Amino acid sequence: MNEILTAVIPVVIIGVICGAMLVIASKLMAVKEDERLPKIRECLPGANCGACGFAGCDGYAKALCENEGTATNLCVPGGDNVSRQLSELLGVEFADVVEKVAVIHCAGDCEHTKDKVDYIGMNSCAAAKLVFGGKGSCAYGCLGLGDCAKACPEGAICLKNGIAHIDTRRCIGCGVCTRTCPNHLISLVDDVERVVVTCSNKDKGAVTRKVCSNGCIGCKKCEKVCPNGAIKVIDNLAVIDYSKCSDCESFGICAENCTTGCIMHSDLTGALKLADSNG
Amino acid sequence: MTKLIIILLSAVFINNYVLSRFLGICPFLGVSKKLNAATGMSLAVIFVMMLATAATWPIQMYLLNPNNLGYLQTIVFILVIAALVQLVEIVLKRYIPSLHKSLGVYLPLITTNCAVLGVTILNIDEGYTFVEAMVNSLGSGLGFFLAMVMFSGVRSKLEGADIPKAFQGLPITLVAASITSLSFMGFGGVIENLFA
Repeated sequence: MNEILTAVIPVVIIGVICGAMLVIASKLMAVKEDERLPKIRECLPGANCGACGFAGCDGYAKALCENEGTATNLCVPGGDNVSRQLSELLGVEFADVVEKVAVIHCAGDCEHTKDKVDYIGMNSCAAAKLVFGGKGSCAYGCLGLGDCAKACPEGAICLKNGIAHIDTRRCIGCGVCTRTCPNHLISLVDDVERVVVTCSNKDKGAVTRKVCSNGCIGCKKCEKVCPNGAIKVIDNLAVIDYSKCSDCESFGICAENCTTGCIMHSDLTGALKLADSNG
Repeated sequence: MTKLIIILLSAVFINNYVLSRFLGICPFLGVSKKLNAATGMSLAVIFVMMLATAATWPIQMYLLNPNNLGYLQTIVFILVIAALVQLVEIVLKRYIPSLHKSLGVYLPLITTNCAVLGVTILNIDEGYTFVEAMVNSLGSGLGFFLAMVMFSGVRSKLEGADIPKAFQGLPITLVAASITSLSFMGFGGVIENLFA
């Protein structure tokens, strides 16, 4: 009995001393945290996508706590729901979140464009781009190795037929892919927009036509047919000014009249195309 | 002085905690993916190893040994090291938030790390004096640092390598770790003859 006690007592005493020391230290040196911080953090979706412009959800929650003026509608994946919760917590006015989806400005899949070389190397667009601008004959197009698909936190991007496709139903609009694509082919548009230019080739029409049958040749037909003057051809490439684009016969005049078919409905570029190919 | 240098160098190279004694393998495989994380973790380990030795050596020599309680070594050391690391974390959070931010994530990982416990116990087993024990724990920490930084370099090379599907992920990491460990076996017997 005595032997057990001689072992137990020192350990207990050391344990109590350590415990007391920690309690005192944590009381004395407590760092004051804003009590709203964990609540705010709980509201945010926690995808750490960075769409708000801060370093992850923790960074955004911290900014909301510390800086009075931080907008509550910056969380795109969370949408209106999160924005409403945040504005209630912080006692500021509710602001609507414009949901966004990512679209890919390239439709040069295997049927429309060809490879100029065989690429055997690292399975990464960024690496492939370093070797003569990629394997495809179009230097502006999708490299097709899926850096965006690897970066997407929601798994909304898949590779089909040599180029990336975005499933707009799963896209949360965080914009991680827009920063990942080495050719800057992906952009975020408001979820209400209906037409997208699916080409990024800035070469002259004849050159573009040689490398891809789906490319924008800069013929300016869309410019002429658009009743709102929303489309301009800049550097041999059609660019849609979404602030002017509005309801013209179900948003389709330019898409119907495009010579090469590179202007498409935004739902056609993503979700529906996927549904088709899945059968 | 020569003895201290021999202790330091043999702790770094010959008795490298990760590659020769196979202690602390968990952070070696877990945190070595990125160089930044590997450096942060290793610096925290160096710091904690020295702190733990400074605390546990007196406890063993002046508390446990005189009372014939040497067999309580393991449990007392674990207790003291865990409490110490927690205390350090609290102090860092209060006074040096920037350091807490860079080391903070790794400190709780180290509390029950076998490399840290291994250093403190081996210091006693080898019969080192206090200064020798401190030098040994510094060397062990540096050895850990060396292994981590080297291995994170190896792993970043592996990222780009074309690896057969069956070997991808953990298998190739383990193979690489064992080859790195083999290379350290070559140091055996070098240090003793350095000063002979």
